[in-house]
Order: sequence, then C-alpha cells, then structure tokens
Amino acid sequence: MAMPSEPIFVSVQTHNFCLNEQQQALFKSCNANAEIGAVASFVGLVRAENNIMEAGSAHSGKLRALYIEHYPAMTEPVLRRLCEQVLEKWQLITCRVIHRVGTIPTGEQIVLVMVGAEHRAAAFAACECIMDHLKTSAPFWKKAIFEHDEHWVAAKQTDQAKVEQWSD
Amino acid sequence: MLSVKYFASLREQLGCNSDNVEFVAGETLAQLAGRLANKHAGSLSDIQQPTTRCAVNQQVVELTVVPVDGDEIAFFPPVTGG
Repeated sequence: MAMPSEPIFVSVQTHNFCLNEQQQALFKSCNANAEIGAVASFVGLVRAENNIMEAGSAHSGKLRALYIEHYPAMTEPVLRRLCEQVLEKWQLITCRVIHRVGTIPTGEQIVLVMVGAEHRAAAFAACECIMDHLKTSAPFWKKAIFEHDEHWVAAKQTDQAKVEQWSD
Repeated sequence: MLSVKYFASLREQLGCNSDNVEFVAGETLAQLAGRLANKHAGSLSDIQQPTTRCAVNQQVVELTVVPVDGDEIAFFPPVTGG
C-alpha cells in the first residue's frame, strides 16, 4: 500500500467547517486515493435540548450555545498522538480531526472525525475509537450558556466506561 | 519557579488563568495543590477536589508526581470535549 503524503490532519479552530470540503481535502491529502474503499465520518453538533446538565442541576432558560475552552499547548499534540495510534491500530490510510473552540450556537457543528480505510469495518471502528478517546483525553471543557445563566458541563461516567472498552 | 495554569471552572473560581510559584524540592503535585489553595485562600477550594486532574509539561500525570524546577503545571477539571 502506498503511504499518503499527509495521513493525519488535526485542527483546533473557532470557525465552522464544511463536511464536503473536508472529504475533498481528505482525498487530496492522500496520494493513495485509489486504495481507499471506505470513508467514515462523525460530526458532533450543539443540541438545542437543554438536558446537557446533570439531572437535578438548576439552570435557567433555553440552551443558547456552548463555550468551549482548551489548553492550546496540549490540545493538538494530544489529538495528533491519538490519530497516530488509531491510524496504526486500524491500518487506516488517512484520518482528520477538527474541533472547534470558543462560543458555538445551538445547531452548529462542534467536532469532525473523518477516516479513510480500505474496508468499512476498520473505518467505522476507528471513527468511534477516536471520538471515545477524544472525549476523555483531549483537554477541552464545555460550558453551557443558557438564556439566563451558564454552567460548566460535568464529565460523564458513561464516556469513561466507553473508552475502556477499547483497551487491549 | 513553577508556572501554573488553571482551566475551566478552576480558572473562573480563581479569576485568573496562571500563576508563578516558588519551586519546592520534593513537593508532590497534591502538596502543591494544597499550597495553592492556601495561597488563594477561599478562591481555589476546588483544586483539592478528588476529580481535579493535573498535567506536567502538557502530559497528564498522577498527583503523586514530583515536578522539577521550571516545569509547566496545569490543574483542571475532567475534560468534556467532543
């Protein structure tokens, strides 16, 4: 299998992204285009429902946006290492991760994971594996901005349990 | 000296995102967290929560780790990205 010129792309950015453009970029960045038999992608969005907070926590009004903070010196290296590990584990041809930071209104995209592999099983699994690890290891923090107040979102135990399923 | 960074709820609770503190040889990160809580009396109590995470030079480590002079230390709550 010919190796792609830039198999991994990682971006932490304030601006939105276009899924079609990202798929074109995935093919363009990869000179082994013809080897790709499967592309799987995951896009996470800001849900308008306000059940983002733990049950019983008080908040006021509708969810307007999420504010996402990160640790700039650490975030991209963590995401890049994660992509390298998953690329090797699932023998991917290419993968890309985009995560937005700053204030993101409801309905907008937050995160993209897109992978190219020879077959669908590896593409589906790798995509999910990257997301599960991203949620528990990449230094991002979400704050829910409601109409009348705002609250930091607590980490979910279910996310931790999910990532542990991937340990060999 | 140690450069200390705070993120998310810890940053907000303290009202600033970084701190420079004297290096104390042999001090663990848990002990450093206690020293920082005392330094910022009342405004950084969450740093000693059992859920608080720590990174040294951008690598997540246990609070039993002993940093070396000049390290960049970060304290933060569990991550919630994605």
